Amino acid sequence: MNAKAWKYLRKAAFWLLVAVIVLFAVFPFYYAILTSFETGSALFEVNYLPESFSLINYISVFKGQPFGHNIFNSIFVSFLVVALSLLLGVTASYALARVKFAGRGLLLITILSVSMFPQVAVLSGMFELIRGLGLYNSMFGLAISYMMLTLPFTVWVLTAFMRDLPRELEEAAVMDGATPWTVIRRVFLPVMWPAMVTTGLLAFIAAWNEFLFALTFTLTDDKRTVPVAIALISGASQHEMPWGNIMAASVIVTLPLIVLVLIFQRRIVSGLTAGAVKG
Amino acid sequence: MADVVLKQIRKRFGPIETIHGVDLNIRDGEFCVFVGPSGCGKSTLLRLIAGLEDISDGELRIGGDVVNDTVPKDRGVAMVFQSYALYPHMSVFENMAFGLDLAKHSKDEQNARVMAAAKTLQLEELLDRKPKELSGGQRQRVAIGRAIVRKPRVFLFDEPLSNLDAALRVQMRIELAKLHEKLNTTMIYVTHDQVEAMTMADKIVVLRAGTVEQVGTPLELYHYPANLFVAGFIGSPKMNFISAKITQVSQQSVTLKLESGKEVSLPVDGSGLATADRVTVGIRPEHCSIADQDTALFTGTVEVVEHLGEAGLVYVRTGSDELFVARVAGDTAIKTGETVGIQAAEQDCYVFDTADMAKRRLAVDNAPLKAQMALN
Ligand SMILES: Nc1ncnc2c1ncn2[C@@H]1O[C@H](COP(=O)(O)OP(=O)(O)OP(=O)(O)O)[C@@H](O)[C@H]1O
Ligand SMILES: [Mg+2]
Repeated sequence: MNAKAWKYLRKAAFWLLVAVIVLFAVFPFYYAILTSFETGSALFEVNYLPESFSLINYISVFKGQPFGHNIFNSIFVSFLVVALSLLLGVTASYALARVKFAGRGLLLITILSVSMFPQVAVLSGMFELIRGLGLYNSMFGLAISYMMLTLPFTVWVLTAFMRDLPRELEEAAVMDGATPWTVIRRVFLPVMWPAMVTTGLLAFIAAWNEFLFALTFTLTDDKRTVPVAIALISGASQHEMPWGNIMAASVIVTLPLIVLVLIFQRRIVSGLTAGAVKG
Repeated sequence: MADVVLKQIRKRFGPIETIHGVDLNIRDGEFCVFVGPSGCGKSTLLRLIAGLEDISDGELRIGGDVVNDTVPKDRGVAMVFQSYALYPHMSVFENMAFGLDLAKHSKDEQNARVMAAAKTLQLEELLDRKPKELSGGQRQRVAIGRAIVRKPRVFLFDEPLSNLDAALRVQMRIELAKLHEKLNTTMIYVTHDQVEAMTMADKIVVLRAGTVEQVGTPLELYHYPANLFVAGFIGSPKMNFISAKITQVSQQSVTLKLESGKEVSLPVDGSGLATADRVTVGIRPEHCSIADQDTALFTGTVEVVEHLGEAGLVYVRTGSDELFVARVAGDTAIKTGETVGIQAAEQDCYVFDTADMAKRRLAVDNAPLKAQMALN
């Protein structure tokens, strides 16, 4: 009897904890959705359940600024960043995990230490670089600067993963006549899918949400990515914050991430835990 | 169809040399087995032949061509790995066809070759499966099939059966022997398993610490080991060694005094030995018998008796550090703690000089051995 009560209590405590976590994680987004459907003074009243419904914010956000264009920019940059990160990450990790050369450990540490610098610290240097390359106010400039954020973890995760792949697998392919590039493309890539999906998605999220570089390295409205565009949404007068528009825009840009994570969630988990347990 | 010739092959990993000038001549169609203790360089030697490691020094010829600087795929060799190393994301068919695909063979050709190999290896039912859906033995077959389809001039095997259970190993051993008979291709095979080496090999190469200790047919190594190391390595349980002092020596026989005080005359070529030399006498467990204490070569106390069923192993303490092992009948009544005498026929004994080199035995009379030696 007592044991049973304990069991229920433990279960209840567990679900309570889950509820608290979910509330914390989901509530801000829920409130954003709620607000995005409200207009006028309803915006400034605190309510936790839908009271009015209007799509006006969603329409006006596209009218006030080139928001469609901004979304396209974000998508373009993010995909470019993912593609470049994975290409460089996979080839670099092949070298770092499979080819013996002097200074390999040092190189790995250096790559990792890149991610320790705060963005602000490198901002001015990066600005000079981007301008020197003639990539100021361009999507490609943004993509290149984002490499600094995505490459360290991409290279590290993929290197760790590639190290765990049996050496004989590669040697078998070499005996079969495969060049290093064929080994990567036809043997390692298919085996590394889970790790690549995970790192690719993290790179996508990093690029999608990035604000500081995007603000600094772009000049005109039509070159801005979504986070900057949202921050720069302005109301009719200086003293009015267009919360409705901002919330609508936020919901629009969060949805793709949620969809992506839902699609790949099983892959992500298996990628994050890969190598932890021998399969 | 190709012979494999190694001339003074050396391999250095950084400053450390692990293969110290190996000379070897493997004839076309031969089944050659590398054996030796762990870490002696068997795998390294095989990988040098495969081209997975660079040769530091020396010359490697396959089918007459020097291939030192040839990439693996152009050497005409195929390798079967201990861990199978199948491509996990490909079906059995794709695994086998991968090399052909890379070599740009037509789809028809790929199909035909894979089907033929699948038939030989009884894999026809499994062609659509992924490696993880196969048993260990089936995976091993796929790995062999992947090697076969490329029609290599030389097959290389690195302990291919060591991950299988005992029964399956016996079965695969026989299948491999049949495969060799059918294809008649040169095969080089690394193993830890005495039985595999003895039963499959045309030629056994015994390696120790990166050098070749002896090359010969299985029975040659058993009956005429070149030195103490080979004598101890070939045969299971391993040969017993006892020390003795020479009292008389000629080209036909050596008379020596054992530590037990007993004197025996052994039919070995004594040239190079002198009276009063200390030598080592080798006696294989299977050549021992239990005898009366007064006629025995020596006596000792039984420490352990192992019953294997068809035979028994008796471990006897004779005063030296190592236990002396005798193989006796399976229904032996000998018990721990008994004092027993050990006897062995003179012609079954081996003699090694102070430098551990074997003296030629003169009274070996063994029909299979003669047959093997006649083949060479
Ligand atoms: N890549 C390497 N770098 C440095 N040393 C190596 C390398 N590969 C092998 N060795 C060394 O060479 C020696 C021979 O190794 P090898 O793997 O050939 O032994 P083996 O006879 O196959 O042993 P086992 O029976 O355990 O498989 C060992 O001392 C090993 O440490
Ligand atoms: Mg080995």
